[in-house]
Amino acid sequence: MLTYILRRLGVALCVMLTVAVVSFMLLHLSGDLATAIAGPESSAADVEKIRVQYGLDRPIATQFFEWLAAAAQLDFGRSFYFQNTVMELVGERLPITLKLGAVSLLLAVVVAIPLGVLAALYRDTWIDRLSLLIATIGQAMPNFWFALALIVVFAVGLKWLPVAGNASWLHFVLPAIALGYYAMPSLMRLTRAGMLDVMGSDYIRTARAKGLSPARVVFKHALRNAIIPVVALAAVELGFMLGGSVVIESVYSLQGLGQLAWDSIARNDYPVVQAVVLIIAMFYIALTFVADVLNAALDPRMRTR
Amino acid sequence: MASTSLPLSAAAAPPLALLPVPPWRKALRRVIGHRGMTIGSLLLALAVLAALLAPWIAPHDPYAQDVMQRLIPPVWHDKGSWEHILGTDKLGRDYLSRLLFGARVSLLIGFTTALVAGCIGTTLGVLAGYFGGRVDAVVSYVITCRLAMPVVLVALAMASLVGGSLNVVIVLLSLLLWDRFAIVTRSATQQLRDAEFIAAAKALGASTPYILVRELLPNLMGALTVVATLEMAHAILLESTLSFLGLGVQPPTPSWGLMVAEGKAYMFFQPWVIMIPGVALAVLVLAINLVGDGIRDITAPDGRN
Repeated sequence: MLTYILRRLGVALCVMLTVAVVSFMLLHLSGDLATAIAGPESSAADVEKIRVQYGLDRPIATQFFEWLAAAAQLDFGRSFYFQNTVMELVGERLPITLKLGAVSLLLAVVVAIPLGVLAALYRDTWIDRLSLLIATIGQAMPNFWFALALIVVFAVGLKWLPVAGNASWLHFVLPAIALGYYAMPSLMRLTRAGMLDVMGSDYIRTARAKGLSPARVVFKHALRNAIIPVVALAAVELGFMLGGSVVIESVYSLQGLGQLAWDSIARNDYPVVQAVVLIIAMFYIALTFVADVLNAALDPRMRTR
Repeated sequence: MASTSLPLSAAAAPPLALLPVPPWRKALRRVIGHRGMTIGSLLLALAVLAALLAPWIAPHDPYAQDVMQRLIPPVWHDKGSWEHILGTDKLGRDYLSRLLFGARVSLLIGFTTALVAGCIGTTLGVLAGYFGGRVDAVVSYVITCRLAMPVVLVALAMASLVGGSLNVVIVLLSLLLWDRFAIVTRSATQQLRDAEFIAAAKALGASTPYILVRELLPNLMGALTVVATLEMAHAILLESTLSFLGLGVQPPTPSWGLMVAEGKAYMFFQPWVIMIPGVALAVLVLAINLVGDGIRDITAPDGRN
């Protein structure tokens, strides 16, 4: 088990490093940053001045290693646009995105698991079909549009919730529904598949034959086993949601990490963009690592690999 | 992934005759018997037809502006008229015509991305699955790294540097969405690698490229088609997201995501300006997903009879 964890940890660190290299290269090679920062109407002299000022005239390898050495100590340099360091900006915004991600995941799980269990227990009935329909619709709707539709109906039409901003927890309800509905279908389908699988197994038949109550069989015996991959997937989904929150944050003007990245992209503030990409990748890698270890810890067959 | 067993009424079809049925008719019967597949294919065929015939069936020029005819409601609204069946946008352009031409953008991006990403992913997946060992380790590592990069953020940052356009969106999405192709073909190839027909081809002295392309690939087609539909839907949703955020297809080209973005300012009093393109997107993606689920159910060995 320990070797498994150590090996996974080594891979995770390598992946982190690779993502850092790739995101750095993508941003530095896909266009001339100095020209982009200076803007379309600036003179060649101005562009050169910016190039020197931001250190963009040095060889790309030098730039990269300096950036990486600093980034390893969580120092991502200074924003081109603000006077703050990138870490100050990120530190201010990260809690909002984490809060949004956590609430969204909670909502998704709270809906997905009961729905998946019900769908499996009442297979091929209207309950099953209804929950599959809900999942299919969730997968088909563009989430920015669903977010706008929620605003039109619940914030403007019914006036139940605020339109945009992040002043109170009420401001997180609509964004969390919009983001959570996006993660719900896969969790629900996996719960359903897992439950169907488990309910047909021998030990469930044994539990039933022993005369245990149906509720006990479902919750104590079946769900416990079916839920392992769902928990692992939920961790991965959280990683995806942090990356996907840029869309939802921009619709609801939530001042989170996604909004920061989005504004920074528009302002050509590349140190910030780079840091946000790397931080979100870091969260994803950490969460998949947790998911893998969790899977291995709960499933003895995984340990020997 | 769970098998989304929409009711397989093909199984309940009456034994019409005991005469031998030609295979294509059996296949057709399976398709028609699958309700989700039927609905999905009909909707998808409708969308493809609309896209192909857009220049001939569109009632107006999708680019023609008319300041006197701004924001006319659709025909079912009190103030609507048959002149503009789905109304007009803020510049007085006919919404139905823009919707029809927008279907071209969505489908073009969906098809091209699925094709290019499919080639990249399949090549990587087949090589990893067939050769195993170091090749597999490298490919799996590349897949892990790709999964750690937040798609929306990376696409936004790159599109902003290069400048958003239809072609840029296609290239970016093709380079980002190959992961699922690689994962699925890798595990499918691993299962087939030691199959008897591969051993037979080897014994006959077939070259490795011949085995991979002529023996292995045809057996992966079922799985590949299913992934292709998923990724096509994914690409269409991502294009609409990028266009919605202003870094995808640029105005005045009619794209559904862009139509939602352009209508956003008017959504409170003229909600149909975002409802119409949003519903169109959801229906198209739903249709593609239904077809994908249908293909999976129909090609699954237990769905054949």
